Amino acid sequence: MHEMGVAMQIIEIAQASIPADMADARVARVNLKVGKLSAIVADSLRFCFEVVARETPLAGAELHIEEVPVQARCNACRHEWTIDQPAFACPDCKSGDITLLSGRELDIESLELAEEDA
Amino acid sequence: MLLDGINRIRAYHHKDGHDHHHPHPGDGPVETRSSGTREIKVVRRVLDANEIMAEANRERFAAQNIFVLNLMSSPGSGKTTTLEKTLRHLMRDYRCAVIVGDICTTADADRLAASGAPVVQINTDEFGGDCHLAAHVIEKALGGLDLAAIDILIVENIGNLVCPAEFDIGEDKRAVILSVTEGEDKPLKYPLMFRECDAALLNKIDLLPYLEDFDVKLAADNIRQIHPGIPVFETSAKTEEGFEGWLDWLRDSAKEKLG
Repeated sequence: MHEMGVAMQIIEIAQASIPADMADARVARVNLKVGKLSAIVADSLRFCFEVVARETPLAGAELHIEEVPVQARCNACRHEWTIDQPAFACPDCKSGDITLLSGRELDIESLELAEEDA
Repeated sequence: MLLDGINRIRAYHHKDGHDHHHPHPGDGPVETRSSGTREIKVVRRVLDANEIMAEANRERFAAQNIFVLNLMSSPGSGKTTTLEKTLRHLMRDYRCAVIVGDICTTADADRLAASGAPVVQINTDEFGGDCHLAAHVIEKALGGLDLAAIDILIVENIGNLVCPAEFDIGEDKRAVILSVTEGEDKPLKYPLMFRECDAALLNKIDLLPYLEDFDVKLAADNIRQIHPGIPVFETSAKTEEGFEGWLDWLRDSAKEKLG
């Protein structure tokens, strides 16, 4: 439900990341990593991004979303596994003392700028 | 790997307080790709701005020696009533204040002000009708409070089990309220919220005699399945049944910080 604000942040960070000597460049694609545990709906985010990107160097840019699985490590037995169900205890030793290694991401990885002469 | 051997920029701003380099325009490596585009590495958290502001809030609370609780739940689960009753008890020992978030209306603030605690109402329609309280909104609300005269600050977040879980506001502890009329499966449907919270209240247990189908044990088990070890308090904000455990947890958490 806060995808509009997230889309605005993406545009702000992306615009600030374009090097000064490429200020006129058009952004073709934004590569985003979104953890499966983050409170983001990819389709809503794409829709909001498209709307907010209008009249910015990101107009028409593709928002590429890489979903990051929820990886966990058990602090008791060191077992590592992927959490794909709503259960957060170690499947091996049943300990609930776990560390999430991934799944909370909401990161801009990179931008792809269209070559002017391309 | 696209950028092997090139100095990469890592700009993650972690909650753990480590220092990280923040990139500036133009200092990212640029690579020409065969597809006719040039890739610029960014590697930044989208919610960086919120994290930075949350950290600033946290430092401010630490400097003023204030314990901060972020109270979250879905709409209608009994947040405001729980808070009214909680304040009544806590205010015997602590100077309390409240920041209450709603999209519209000041109804909750009016109810909470009756406790005698200073209350700041935030209506997020000023901020675009946001579904959560972000750190900068809290920072703004702090302007309406005398921080030197507060021991415990409770933030009543917007009623929503999704978005508030994503936004650090600089709090010390987070608690979530689930009411028995909402269904036992809610923790499984909103795992991030129950994962992120330090305590859970299973509220409105005074209604259990009218809810033959609600399984209290299953609801508590589901919460613990998402967050093993989390304290779960079965409460009725109406009758204050089960409040001792919740108040003890709150007092212990406050003591940990305030000494």
